[in-house]
Amino acid sequence: MTAALDRARRVMGRETLGLLALMVVMVAVFSLASPKFLTAANLSSMGYQAPLLGLLTIAMLAPMISGGFNLAVIYTANISGLTFAWVLLQFGGADAGLGAIIIGVAAALLVGALAGATMGLVIAYVGAHPIIVSLAMMIFLRGLGEFLTRGGDISGFPESIAFLGHGAVLGVPAPMILFGLVALAWHILLRRTKHGFAVYMVGSNIRAAEYAGLNTKRTLVMIYALSGTVCAIAGILMLARFNSVRVGHGEALLLVTVLAIFLGGIDPFGGHGKVAPVVLSILILQILSSGLNLIGTNQHFATAVWGLFLIAVMILRSEWASALFLKASPRNGRG
Amino acid sequence: MRNALRNRQVELRLFIVLAAMCLGLSLATDTFFTLGNLTSLLNNNAVNIIWAVGLLVVLIGGGIDISFAVASSVVQFVAAKLLVGIGGGNWALGFLICGTLGVALGLLNAALIHGFRITSIIVTIATFNVFFGLLMFLSGGRSIYDLPEWWIDRVAIFRSQAAEGPAAELTLAVAVMAVCVAATWILIRRLNLGRQLYAFGDNPEGARRAGVNIAAMQALAFGWCGLMTGIAALMQVSIVQEVVPNALSGRELQVLSAVVLGGARLGGGKGTISGCILGVLFVAVTQNGLNLMGVSPFAFQMIIGAAILVAISTSNMQFGTLVGFGHRGQK
Amino acid sequence: MTDPTAEPYALRLKAVSKVFGGAKALDAVDFDVKVGEVHCLAGENGCGKSTLIKIVTGVYRPESADLVELFGERLETITPVMARQKGVSVIWQDLALFPNMSVAENIAFDELVGLRPKAVDYRGMKTRAAEVLGRLGVTLDLDAPLDSLLIAQRQVVAIARALMNDARLIFMDEPTASLTQSETDRLLDIVRKLSASGVAIVFVSHRLAEVLDIAARVTVVRDGRLVGVFTTKGMTQARLGELMTGHLLEAGVVAADKSASPVVLEVRGLSVAGQFDDVDLSIRAGEVVGLVGLIGAGRTELAHAIMGMTRLTSGEMRLMDAPYRPTSIRAAIAQGLAYVSEDRLQLGLLQKQSIADNAAISVLDRLLDRAGLISAAKKEDLISGWVAKLGIKIGKSENAISTLSGGNQQKIVLAKWLATQPKLLILDSPTVGVDVGARAGIFRIVRSLADQGLGIFLITDEVTEAMFNADRVLHMAQGRILGQHNPRITSVEQMETAIYA
Repeated sequence: MTAALDRARRVMGRETLGLLALMVVMVAVFSLASPKFLTAANLSSMGYQAPLLGLLTIAMLAPMISGGFNLAVIYTANISGLTFAWVLLQFGGADAGLGAIIIGVAAALLVGALAGATMGLVIAYVGAHPIIVSLAMMIFLRGLGEFLTRGGDISGFPESIAFLGHGAVLGVPAPMILFGLVALAWHILLRRTKHGFAVYMVGSNIRAAEYAGLNTKRTLVMIYALSGTVCAIAGILMLARFNSVRVGHGEALLLVTVLAIFLGGIDPFGGHGKVAPVVLSILILQILSSGLNLIGTNQHFATAVWGLFLIAVMILRSEWASALFLKASPRNGRG
Repeated sequence: MRNALRNRQVELRLFIVLAAMCLGLSLATDTFFTLGNLTSLLNNNAVNIIWAVGLLVVLIGGGIDISFAVASSVVQFVAAKLLVGIGGGNWALGFLICGTLGVALGLLNAALIHGFRITSIIVTIATFNVFFGLLMFLSGGRSIYDLPEWWIDRVAIFRSQAAEGPAAELTLAVAVMAVCVAATWILIRRLNLGRQLYAFGDNPEGARRAGVNIAAMQALAFGWCGLMTGIAALMQVSIVQEVVPNALSGRELQVLSAVVLGGARLGGGKGTISGCILGVLFVAVTQNGLNLMGVSPFAFQMIIGAAILVAISTSNMQFGTLVGFGHRGQK
Repeated sequence: MTDPTAEPYALRLKAVSKVFGGAKALDAVDFDVKVGEVHCLAGENGCGKSTLIKIVTGVYRPESADLVELFGERLETITPVMARQKGVSVIWQDLALFPNMSVAENIAFDELVGLRPKAVDYRGMKTRAAEVLGRLGVTLDLDAPLDSLLIAQRQVVAIARALMNDARLIFMDEPTASLTQSETDRLLDIVRKLSASGVAIVFVSHRLAEVLDIAARVTVVRDGRLVGVFTTKGMTQARLGELMTGHLLEAGVVAADKSASPVVLEVRGLSVAGQFDDVDLSIRAGEVVGLVGLIGAGRTELAHAIMGMTRLTSGEMRLMDAPYRPTSIRAAIAQGLAYVSEDRLQLGLLQKQSIADNAAISVLDRLLDRAGLISAAKKEDLISGWVAKLGIKIGKSENAISTLSGGNQQKIVLAKWLATQPKLLILDSPTVGVDVGARAGIFRIVRSLADQGLGIFLITDEVTEAMFNADRVLHMAQGRILGQHNPRITSVEQMETAIYA
């Protein structure tokens, strides 16, 4: 029994059980609070909303494990979406064909990867702090986007794109499938590939990783380039879901991505963290978001709740809380 | 003296760039180098500089704060309600209330950071959202225009009526800014408290072992930033003559960019008042210059972002090429 | 100054015990230091030395003690504040200084500490700092930021800071660990000067030669118990090592003539400007080539150049008789070189990560399955194989590497590099921070590797270590190889004379 638990814990990360419990509690609370919560309509709408947050969180995850930060996720997604939109408009907007969509997606992914790689290059070769570099990139991209769109919306895309945002395959929302694939790829990338291994090593001690023969500079550039690519996927999804592109779309999600990551037990100083508990955190946060929405919470009040929730999560993860915990179960004493 | 120059490389570089920009703008436009433009530049950036020196103190202590601008909004709103509630008040009461509220919000950050050992970026991302969300929720997003007379009366500390054109004047905010800058300078250069803060930012473990009170240092850094936040809130209202709950959200990034451009380092132990002011002026002159030259205001953010990227890429360049020596020095 | 006859003891502890989680870190240990004495505290890592220091400085409170006495005054307990007031000061190995602050501020830092606001007296600080440096016979640029100083100079700054605090009893934790010999000599001079002026100094060092040179008495602690207090007169390094470890350390020349074996690495006229100059070197298969040089001689820099981490100014290298020009450490590793860094804590291992990951990091390519993904089973096989082969004591392989002792950590480092099946292994000060007992184990492994045909380049600053473990010993100083010695012909004393002359 304990052995099985132990194995489950190793595969999923020790956070998972606690998170599952939290999820059950949340579902129970909101089901009681609102009769509409456990309805097919609400569950389906959650299935369409969660993937966007999920993709942005995944984009934040690898830089965090490498000991960094990517404050530019939202605007990288926006600029990539803008690129996609621009390509579509060049090919006739609503009349653009499949070829235009493929070119547009490729261009969007390229722009996202490029924005990320630029950050990675500055972080790796200049040694500047990731917070500052990504902050500068965020300001730059936001400025660029506003400059290009003059702060307005861009819309008028082909019908076929709507499928990605609103369609379903065998009852599973298309965005969810997209997110599932990206999360799975990210899990394999981090846990099973050489590059992923290097990400963890860079996050715990970059100089020692260099001495062990890892190409740390390339690893950093790759991390941010891949992060940018996932941002681009999020940007494409945003375009499909909202049927428009606007710089600033999804701005409020930055906090929620950070929240999902810490709820998922990622070490804020880098070196540790897994995809599975983060995915679970994303679902929990979507439940919280939809639940708050259903019980008619004010949008600004919800923002405050996010902030309070983040503080609460960090307090529960702090040494102070583990000290309380340790008193209860002394066998876990630190060696 | 050589040391002083060596330690001020960022400031020197920024000063040269700024001077070149000013010279260029003076030649390119006939509106830049006028008393009117320069004084309005100062008036418009007094609040930014007050925030910047507060943020500088946090950065020196090894932290970061992105909640201060929104905290100022909270302070404004609560102070306005209080002051109107008690029937007006006066400047002294205004400073007292705003200062106290600002310090309280700063100490809240410090308590979370120190009490639970959470990194400051995460705490302040969280408090940013809590402050903003609650403020917008409780205020309903409604602005307050009905403010005490003393608060919104324009006070000029300097006035010069040129023969033609509008009068050039410096507002009270500029004087308050000067006091804040001087006080911060005294704190970080002249008082043992500030030096302990540098030491704490430089080597937290070393400072702890030397007997520096870590909790007090966090409280000092974020408390001071909070005080500046409160004063900035007061002054901002006296300039714009209204309290708009979501007006200041977003300004934190501009100020943070400016302070970082001025050479303060994330991670602590570095940063000067002169660099901080030069940074704010650089951002301000860029904006002003774009404006005067008729460039789209939308380009401004883009240029500032690019400027930071270029600045950090080149300021560390010399260390990049000296990596071999760096390794040697370590041993 | 203090009068030695009126106050003979700076510190007296009797039967001090300290328990951590049921284990006795200190078991009824006596310890005393006379005023103005240089006293050595010796013992293996984890023997209780640092616990003892922390009790004296008030960081820990002992469970029981029959007597605690500082400068003749009997105390119930020691608090950090009290320790400081009485003039007890510790200079930890990491110095705890402030890199971005000036030398003067670092030296006089303690006058800044406190919550009562007061103006900084920069001029006074500089005067006092200069005065204290004068007492040590050193001049430094007081306005320079600390990080522009050499490590040895920073050590002096740390001592000056202790003196500013009117220290009368200074604990120095491995103060010479990163100093060159001439810097060490200068530091030891300073220590003697301090002792002559009445300051008691407790020296904690792994370098037994140095200990015997500087200290009058040595207190040996093993496994939390007092082994004894000995005068250094007539004490030998071997005897002291035996007292510290509890068993006789075999030490003898093992050198053999390997000139018939094929050459693995050949280095001709290698120079890196500002680091070392015109170095010739050859290492043969199965040969252990020792390089004795003090830190600063250019030895680590030479290793870095061989590993492709620095750009050569001139010279050439040949590996297995083919041209060898690595452009990065990765290229060097790919061609069959392995480098055990001298800084195990910071560079040799990733302390946050698991034992398994630390061992696997260098050979990820060989752990891939058919899909090109890392196979957990292969990783586990790799680690269990090396654990058995090198006799490493670990718990679960997914435990953090930091749970292992220094000796076992270093064996994991060896395993990591041996897994790459290198042709040449460079060991840069492999026993820094490794217990005297565990050192012998590491060198047994090194010798057996050589016997299997591996070329080994052993860089060290301890003459005995090179003489007893290498087949040939090179002597490097000021960036040049000055000579070559055969351990069977040259005696340790002759070698030491050659080096320290």
